[in-house]
Amino acid sequence: MEATAPHGETHERDLIRRVQNGEHERFYELVRPYERRVYAAAFAILRNEADAEEVAQEAILKAFANLRQFRAEARFSTWLIQIAVNEARMRRRKDRSSLMEPISEPENEEEAYTPRDFADWREIPSEALERKEVRQLLLEALASLGEKYREVFVLRDVQHQSIQQVSELLGISTASVKTRLLRARLMLRDLLAPKVAGGGFSREPFSKGSKPWS
Amino acid sequence: MVVNCEQVWPEISNFVEDDVTPEVRAAMEEHFRICPRCASVLQGTRNVVGLYGDARLFSPPLGFSWRLHRKLAGAIPGKRGTFFGWVVAVAAMGLVAGSFSLASSHGGAHNAVRSQLAQPGRHIPSALVVLVAEHSRVFHVRGCRFIQDDEGHLREMPAAEAIREGYAPCVRCLKEYVTEAAAKFVRRQVLALALR
Repeated sequence: MEATAPHGETHERDLIRRVQNGEHERFYELVRPYERRVYAAAFAILRNEADAEEVAQEAILKAFANLRQFRAEARFSTWLIQIAVNEARMRRRKDRSSLMEPISEPENEEEAYTPRDFADWREIPSEALERKEVRQLLLEALASLGEKYREVFVLRDVQHQSIQQVSELLGISTASVKTRLLRARLMLRDLLAPKVAGGGFSREPFSKGSKPWS
Repeated sequence: MVVNCEQVWPEISNFVEDDVTPEVRAAMEEHFRICPRCASVLQGTRNVVGLYGDARLFSPPLGFSWRLHRKLAGAIPGKRGTFFGWVVAVAAMGLVAGSFSLASSHGGAHNAVRSQLAQPGRHIPSALVVLVAEHSRVFHVRGCRFIQDDEGHLREMPAAEAIREGYAPCVRCLKEYVTEAAAKFVRRQVLALALR
């Protein structure tokens, strides 16, 4: 389910050509449909609203500055998100070099993942997302994943990029994408299922070191 | 084809993606019918995909789009108003700073000031017409509600002249005047920008 520009790809290509030919103001129209996705990509990597906003702005400015280098064979959205992912990774490296924050990486990726919790998780109505505590719970669970799993999960399940696109964006094989995606989904399920009681979410927060797989 | 739990788990994600062969799919569906634990894992995985796929989860902070477009406006060449916007901001800051300076001027006393407790006027437009009373020690802008009835005959003169004569600015009315003038100026420029 790849989101496209409101008037379709032809309109988007036309917009890109116009901006490349000097109609710079058209760039607003070009990026507007993707603003949220750029922010989400940055947020998934940085896990901080302020940093994500700053990186999203930088990524979009960079896209504008480098639009002449954009080749029509790629999707504009994929190219834009690629820039955001790269910018966010650079920011993360920079921050990490000063903070030395330990990053939790679960066990070997190649090992088969075994679900740890078999709690019955009945279908959650989408209205649950209206509740702030539910959104917070989901974000905390996502933030507790290791980076490589979080990146793949967000690009596939949040950004709705195809497996092939995720592979190209991250520079890893499609097999690795599938493996990481499986683990990410199961880890999130293991984290969230125990919090669900009778179709609702408990407010108990996640704590470091209490992950079901550790 | 029959599959067990250990064979099902590694394929659950592909099953959700509909990325398994028809034969594997049929075997897994059969397993889910008889294994409540795997059925629970499948349902949970689908819930994860559904919940995180909802666009509402990753809403940018309030004002994100506005701030982004403001930043873009500063970077896109040919976009009018960028330099002008800076001029407006600097001018407004100057006026506001002037009002603060006026309101909080606690510097050394000026010998020529008629009141030993008053401070000389600074950053006040020299051509501004102000009112002074013969026996008063401060000057006001017209309409100031702090002009006392017993101040006697009022004279009009430029602010520069009033300062030269040793009158000190009325902190209340001149502070209001400068602040309001700054606000009016900013409002006019914002309106002008919006109408372009």
